[in-house]
Amino acid sequence: MRQQKSIFENIDWALVIMYLVFVLMGWLNIYAAVYNEDHQSIFDMTQNYGRQLLWIGTSLLIALAILVIDGKFFAAFSYPIYLTVLFILLIVLVIARDVQGARSWIEIGSFKLQPSEFAKFATNMALAKYLSTLGIRMEDVKTKLTAGLIVLIPMAFVLLQNDTGSALVFCAFVFVLYREGLSQNVLIFGFLAGVLFVLALMVPNLILLSVIGGLGFAAYLLMRKTRKNLMVILAITTLSCGVVFSVDFAFNKILQDHQRERINILLGKKSDPKGAGYNVNQSLIAIGSGGLIGKGYLQGTQTKYDFVPEQSTDFIFCTVGEEWGFAGTTFVLMMFLALLYRILFIAERQRSPYTRIYAYGVASILFFHVMVNVGMAIGLAPVIGIPLPFFSYGGSSLWSFTALLFILIKLDSYRMYILR
Amino acid sequence: MNGASGSGQRLVVAGIFTAVVLIFLTRLFYVQVLEDSYTVSANNNVLRYMIDYPARGMVYDRKGKILAFNQAVYDLMVIPRQVKDLDTNEFCNLLGIPKDDFIVKMTKARTFSRVKSSIFEKQISAENYATFQEKLYKFHGFYVQPRTLRKYPSNTAAHVLGYIGEVNDDLISKNPYYRQGDYIGISGIEQSYEGELRGRRGVRIVMVDVFNREKGSYKSGQYDTIAVAGANLVSSLDADLQAYGEQLLANKVGSLVAIEPRTGEILAMISSPSYDPNLLVGRVRSKNYGVLLKDPLKPLFNRAMQAYYPPGSTFKLTNALASLQEGIITSSTSFPHSFSVGSHSVHCHPHPPIALEGAIQYSCNPYFCNTFRSFIDNKKFADSETGYNTWRNYQLSFGIGNKIGVDMPHELKGLIPTTAFYDKIYGQHHWKASTIYSLGIGQGELGITPMQMANIICIIANKGYYYTPHIIKKIAGKNNNSRGLAERHYTKISPQNFDIIHDGMQRVVEAGTARIAQFRDIIICGKTGTSQNPHGKDHSLFVGFAPRDNPRIAIAVMVENAGFGATWAAPIASLMMEKFMYDSISRPDLEDRMKKGVLIHMQDNSMEKKDDGIDAFYGPSLEEMIPHAPILLNESDAVSGDIEAEVNEIAFSDFTIENCEIPTKEKKPLPVNDVKVTMIKCEELRYYFG
Repeated sequence: MRQQKSIFENIDWALVIMYLVFVLMGWLNIYAAVYNEDHQSIFDMTQNYGRQLLWIGTSLLIALAILVIDGKFFAAFSYPIYLTVLFILLIVLVIARDVQGARSWIEIGSFKLQPSEFAKFATNMALAKYLSTLGIRMEDVKTKLTAGLIVLIPMAFVLLQNDTGSALVFCAFVFVLYREGLSQNVLIFGFLAGVLFVLALMVPNLILLSVIGGLGFAAYLLMRKTRKNLMVILAITTLSCGVVFSVDFAFNKILQDHQRERINILLGKKSDPKGAGYNVNQSLIAIGSGGLIGKGYLQGTQTKYDFVPEQSTDFIFCTVGEEWGFAGTTFVLMMFLALLYRILFIAERQRSPYTRIYAYGVASILFFHVMVNVGMAIGLAPVIGIPLPFFSYGGSSLWSFTALLFILIKLDSYRMYILR
Repeated sequence: MNGASGSGQRLVVAGIFTAVVLIFLTRLFYVQVLEDSYTVSANNNVLRYMIDYPARGMVYDRKGKILAFNQAVYDLMVIPRQVKDLDTNEFCNLLGIPKDDFIVKMTKARTFSRVKSSIFEKQISAENYATFQEKLYKFHGFYVQPRTLRKYPSNTAAHVLGYIGEVNDDLISKNPYYRQGDYIGISGIEQSYEGELRGRRGVRIVMVDVFNREKGSYKSGQYDTIAVAGANLVSSLDADLQAYGEQLLANKVGSLVAIEPRTGEILAMISSPSYDPNLLVGRVRSKNYGVLLKDPLKPLFNRAMQAYYPPGSTFKLTNALASLQEGIITSSTSFPHSFSVGSHSVHCHPHPPIALEGAIQYSCNPYFCNTFRSFIDNKKFADSETGYNTWRNYQLSFGIGNKIGVDMPHELKGLIPTTAFYDKIYGQHHWKASTIYSLGIGQGELGITPMQMANIICIIANKGYYYTPHIIKKIAGKNNNSRGLAERHYTKISPQNFDIIHDGMQRVVEAGTARIAQFRDIIICGKTGTSQNPHGKDHSLFVGFAPRDNPRIAIAVMVENAGFGATWAAPIASLMMEKFMYDSISRPDLEDRMKKGVLIHMQDNSMEKKDDGIDAFYGPSLEEMIPHAPILLNESDAVSGDIEAEVNEIAFSDFTIENCEIPTKEKKPLPVNDVKVTMIKCEELRYYFG
């Protein structure tokens, strides 16, 4: 094996350019969201856009550092990094202050860090490392359990921090497991469970149960009556009924009040445009009033005059929608889709399973963030506070997404040196 | 390991990614492109419409005196959210309100909104504001908003000027111009010239942030409109003359209208009792309004235009003119010295045989009853109905029975019966001149407003034409040509027929019933009247103009329950004429007697006789029969449009046969006021001649 001639050799420039475009667009929209006549200097460190410039600068340094590090480092140090992050998450649980109900920040002086952001790529690395180990077969129960534990342990820690949004992101790893051989039934069951969850909240239980029973019976009549089919039908029907019964319990006992409210509002069971539904309502007004081509840069009244809360962080998509209109939102979503396609393409060209699995992890995490963040802004998902990758204001998230992506870029640039 | 087998899974994963993005794009297309309501909501969030209130136009009198202007007052506004570190004691002391009030007002403001401003204290005067303003910087969350209040510095002409008040919901729903909190003229010229006086409101569209802080104008102000101040009006009123007339009519119930015949400009219009127009301004308005409304003498009621009186002897003038024009009489016609119908007869005091001039001079009742009968029952007409209609058409051309078109709200038409009316009472062809002869001397079923009387005198002074009497001569510096005021209206009487009437009217003042009206060397034409009033003492009436050549002032004076026309109405009219022409009075004793005369107590006795069934057929009861005051002056009704029609309807409906019990049952000629008339005429003459 020979050394790389330069750190930029074999780098996937498409990803780098897309990254830079995202970061730039993100910054422009943060500037618009926070914009006011009193603070016009873009370097104003009292304003989010000023500080975001700092985060962008440091992110570029992180990217550079990752490119300088030897490509083999990441695979080799996956477990230590994973364990370190787990340890930090534990510390956070002990020392963190309560900020708006969540205890997820480490404060060192005025500097604040959100370790759960870094748990994402650390978990991704550990999962990739484990699944790429020689002799590991997805079909084995032991493999499934171990892989599950790798994902669930950090997820549980983040949940304990009361940061539900970040914890849910770990669900995205199901795509990775699926790619590596997990049965498609998992996806189907997941989807079914989701649908049943919503239906159970909307439709009275008795009706829902009768429908499930009816469908099961119809399946029994239509399908060949092999022993296996019967078992499957019976299992699905029983499981569905179980989900329906557990939903009420989960919804009323496990979820917290504000989460319950947000789901109720999303499902249209409750309307409260001044209270719990305020964010989504104002967000929809902002996006909806953008029209086809938007109100123009810095002309968005909803965002400029603070009608949308959290507009530079979780609701940054509103600014895009209001000032750039349908054209802008389409452009951003298509850019994300292009990024995801590119990552999947890169994943499949790898000889190294580690890199491939890692790439799938990156795509899944990014996808989940986009889906929930944008879905929330347009009223298709409950309000879960997770950032829009590369767009939302925030040092920890930008650093973590930068690291996540550039580790992939580094790994990918090594693809020629990996022997099968 | 799984590398080769991954293409299927890759497609599935990519497919899921794509599907989600497509769902989002569909949703975004709906929200952003198809659905408009979000744009509206965004505008509602951010746009605030700031109203610039234009100053209401001022009103001047004919000599340039201010009749109405705008005084600056200040509304103290509060934004509860911004109130902090408030020294409540100091605040309350400066404002002069008790602490309990403060708590009530603050709670009210908070309930309305914590972030939006609401009125804390209305209409603080400029003086109070001056002291308050120095400390205002201490009171965070409070600011003042300048407003204007209407002021009427001359304290006169309340009925002419009217008043303004806040618009009500009903009006807002009918007229899209007005918004909550706007002011609108409710009566007088404030109402009739509302369109000119109010100006045009300006709207500034500003953007606010989520805390309702102003963030600048919307689209650089391209949708803003600039407020246009209301037009200033010049009234034809002479404020001094008006005030003088109000003094003369003080403590009397009655009315007075003075007009410049050449132009139709109203010099004075008085309804007594009156009130200070400033009572109906600002915070005290509703309280004062209630008090005025309950006053049994109805000070809010503009008798000059809204009260019907039987014209009495003054009506003999138009009667004579109609008969001259129709050729029924000439200036030399004379009649027997009495007039009888069945067992009733009308007599007069002894006087030499007289022709028309003398008949006017002596106000000879038999002469005019005979004239009336010759007219109505004349052979040249097919029947009495035709005769009556011809006679009535002459009267209509004097502006009786129709609105003249005065530029003031709530003018009444006057009552002059139609043939249908008499048919209904007596049956068709069952009546003739002898049935209704009292019309010939201005009694019976006649109702004429003082305004109409004054206009008739203008016609006589002008020898046959009039300009519509009006209060406003100039709008924003230009002559007021609106409402057809520039148009000359002719009667059916030829000019040469007026000379003999003028002769007679001159004799009335020189040697007849109104000698008391003479002053200096002015040749005055006049006519007294004493009109029947079943509810009490007769009304005192005088109409006249002066000087005889190139008349400068025509006047009608009506003093209710004051007795003979010569006792009160004639001297008052004469003093008004002198005041207008010379601006000084040569008869201080008479002036003093008029000013000090208290006649309102007589009104009270009248109420007792109210249940007399026959009353309904005496002319003077008309005013009582029309419940105008409560209807006209009910605020919500007064602004809601044409209620004159409604009032007239009530007036006429009282005249229908159903309401007149005695004549309905007996169907015989009414025992009209013949005997009584004779008596009174003779008494009146004895008073002056004997």
